[in-house]
Amino acid sequence: MLGYVLRRLLLLIPILFGLSLIVFLFVRALPGGPGIALLGERATAQDLQEIEENLGLDEPLPVQYGRYLKNLATGDLGTSVSTRRPVSEELSRRFPATFELAIAAMIFAIGLGIPLGYIAAKRYQGVLDNASLVMSLIGVSIPVFFLALLLKYVFAVKLGWLPSIGRINILIDLDHPTNFYVLDSILTANWEGLTDSLKHLILPAIALGTIPLAIIARITRAATLDVLSEDYVRTARAKGLDPSIIGRRHVLKNAMLPVVTVIGLQTGLLLTGAILTETVFAWPGLGTLILNAIRFRDYAVLQGGILFFAVLFVLMNLLVDISYAFLNPRIRYR
Amino acid sequence: MRGYLRLSAALLVAMLVLAACGGDDPAAPTDNGDAAADATMVFGTSADPVVLDGALVSDGESLRAIDQMFEGLVTLEPGGTEVVPGLATEWEISEDAMTYTFTLQEGVTFHDGTDFNAEAVCFNFDRWYNFPKPFQQADASYYYQTVFGGFKGNPDALYDSCEATDEHTATLQLTRPSASLLGALALTNFTIASPTALEEFGADEGKINADSLFQPTGTFGTEHPIGTGPFMFEEWNRGESLTMTRNPDYWNAEDATGNIGTLIFRPIADGAARLQALQSGDIQGYDLVDPQDFETIEGDENFQLLRRPAFNVAYIGMNQAIEPLDDVAVRQAIAHAVDRQAVVDGFYAGLGEVAHQFMPSSLPGYADDVTQYEYDPDKAKQILEDAGYTLPVKVDFAFPTDVSRPYMPDPQANFEALVADLEECCFEVETKSATWSPDYLGNVDTGKYGLYLLGWTGDYADPDNFIGTFFQTAQPAWGFDNDEVFGCLKDAETESDLDTRETMYQECNRILMDFLPGIPYAHTEVGLAFTANVEGYAPSPVTLEPFSIVTVNE
Repeated sequence: MLGYVLRRLLLLIPILFGLSLIVFLFVRALPGGPGIALLGERATAQDLQEIEENLGLDEPLPVQYGRYLKNLATGDLGTSVSTRRPVSEELSRRFPATFELAIAAMIFAIGLGIPLGYIAAKRYQGVLDNASLVMSLIGVSIPVFFLALLLKYVFAVKLGWLPSIGRINILIDLDHPTNFYVLDSILTANWEGLTDSLKHLILPAIALGTIPLAIIARITRAATLDVLSEDYVRTARAKGLDPSIIGRRHVLKNAMLPVVTVIGLQTGLLLTGAILTETVFAWPGLGTLILNAIRFRDYAVLQGGILFFAVLFVLMNLLVDISYAFLNPRIRYR
Repeated sequence: MRGYLRLSAALLVAMLVLAACGGDDPAAPTDNGDAAADATMVFGTSADPVVLDGALVSDGESLRAIDQMFEGLVTLEPGGTEVVPGLATEWEISEDAMTYTFTLQEGVTFHDGTDFNAEAVCFNFDRWYNFPKPFQQADASYYYQTVFGGFKGNPDALYDSCEATDEHTATLQLTRPSASLLGALALTNFTIASPTALEEFGADEGKINADSLFQPTGTFGTEHPIGTGPFMFEEWNRGESLTMTRNPDYWNAEDATGNIGTLIFRPIADGAARLQALQSGDIQGYDLVDPQDFETIEGDENFQLLRRPAFNVAYIGMNQAIEPLDDVAVRQAIAHAVDRQAVVDGFYAGLGEVAHQFMPSSLPGYADDVTQYEYDPDKAKQILEDAGYTLPVKVDFAFPTDVSRPYMPDPQANFEALVADLEECCFEVETKSATWSPDYLGNVDTGKYGLYLLGWTGDYADPDNFIGTFFQTAQPAWGFDNDEVFGCLKDAETESDLDTRETMYQECNRILMDFLPGIPYAHTEVGLAFTANVEGYAPSPVTLEPFSIVTVNE
């Protein structure tokens, strides 16, 4: 098992290497350059050209890429042109915000998706089943951006129940030992901060969690249906086992394998969905950072941010693979 | 499974309960009894500031924040472009426009309690002039280099010395005449910081990193920005909020008539999100209203829309090095052939007005009686035929892609309409395009295009910042060499008497619009939104907008 994990982690190196090249070329294919972010609107073309030469952006791409790799090898992700801060500092400062939001979104998606899918399967072709099918179809097809604006319109603008932007009411004085605001509030016993940061999480978590919710519900339903038709379930029923025990021990646990795969994949994708959600909710996480980087042609931040997402995605997949072994003892890794 | 269901049900209930106990306005003014200045204003901006040191920034959001905490020797009247006293009560410009003597306001202290005086002023000027090498990079101190020409050791440097003649008199000596410097000194980039704080918090510490990018490393601009302004720095939570509190010892309390005790800037990149944040009460105002949201805001009695006067110009550039644009008849014909009003009505969402000269009317030197070129295709044809051309006349015309500017929200739409006008009248147009930066700008600057779309946003209130930038010297983009134009602008720039100077610039504008080096066609406004209970905000063409005069009513 340990050997398998190590091999998988080693595999990260060539993956990142290839990815860094793609990302490097991709950001340079964007029209324009970082000059305007650096010098402002009034910069003349000559000034822009000078600054880009100064930054070495006129050198051949292989030379630029070589320099980038060299810095990368020493752990230097470069400096953001729009904030003048090291990229690694920007990423680590903003990561907790995105991670907190992703966790909240997954709690929402898993917490509702699995029971919904399970109930739908149990009431196969009933009203509830059909309703859940329609709902999950809407759930996967509605654009995150639109859903976010809609949620805000109803719950923040019209009803005024929830805040429309940010992670916490900025007038609340909260210390940030970890930068996970919910955790910070609990650690510092700041209950006002806790309620408020949870309130700020609700809408973005729903917006971000809706697609995974719909997908998890559908996969749970399909997997449960498969398992329900297995012989051992029929046997268990025939011998008069309590239906709730059948459901818990035999059906749900065996149906979980594909569901866990999907949860892992969705968690990885969630991080990218965060770009849209964070922008609409002015959530100060990696998503807004990357969006701004696109706007200002902030190459270093874009490269660093995308690589960071990629590492998370790969790690998430590894976790999924490992969790198989626990769910199904027949699976062994060597 | 049942337990699991119960858990999710509990989760859902918990969310709803949390949601229901909302409803209180998170940004409501805190009630601490002091009615005079205890209101809280949360203002939505489009991005976070970069660093809070005026000398080191060129982006609007940094400037906006610095404006609240720092002051310059001179400033602009709220909402206008007239230079008025700031930290200097009066000034005298010598006959040769090489010596500026500033009489300073007495009894002013910086936020750290140290005294503001002539030495502090000279300390700041000397700091800029003697910037260490990393700070001399264009991405660090672009504005200083643009206005002052360079640093110590550079023969082009405009600054010579600053002398504290006495406690409250600072004398600025230049290396050559300049009368436009006064207007430039109202720029936020030249506000005066506390010398003690600059030294203590390493304002001059910075490095060029592995990417050749300048990076300030001291904490002055991030944690200790200390000036003399009506607001003091409290906390900057990057990406989330910048909090400032009212300066209780502000020297000019008389003019700081507003009641904001806590001022918070919140970066919200998305325009629709800014609108919703206003509607839900999370913020009380925001800048850069999306044009499509104007109606929503104006139609809601809870909100108000303010318009920032235009301080830009969009124009069709004409390169006289390329035939037949060297012929003034052709240039006139083009001006008569295009329907500028239709372009402004069609593509500026009600924010534009037709431009008749190369600078906005809010600036001194704007002339009301320049030659105007009304839309009249028949007249255009006539002019060309009289000049002996066979129609259609061939021209090439370029526009930039991948760009949107306040003065040109949709370059391609402008371009297509203008080309259609030209072709319908009497021209055959060869169209060209390139990505904005660096290709398009580079091609324009090196004179590769005949006709081209471009524009300009001013940053300080001086005609020199508009027509001086364009036409004071021969430039490949315009392709002409006209001593009358160059001379007029040069004389006006160095004239030290402001009234005479205004008249001179008016004359330059008349000469220019007869010579017609290009066709200005639009000035655009920018929208700001506030809740209805906000009073006193004065939109300024150059975005020098103090919150100290803003009142938030109950």
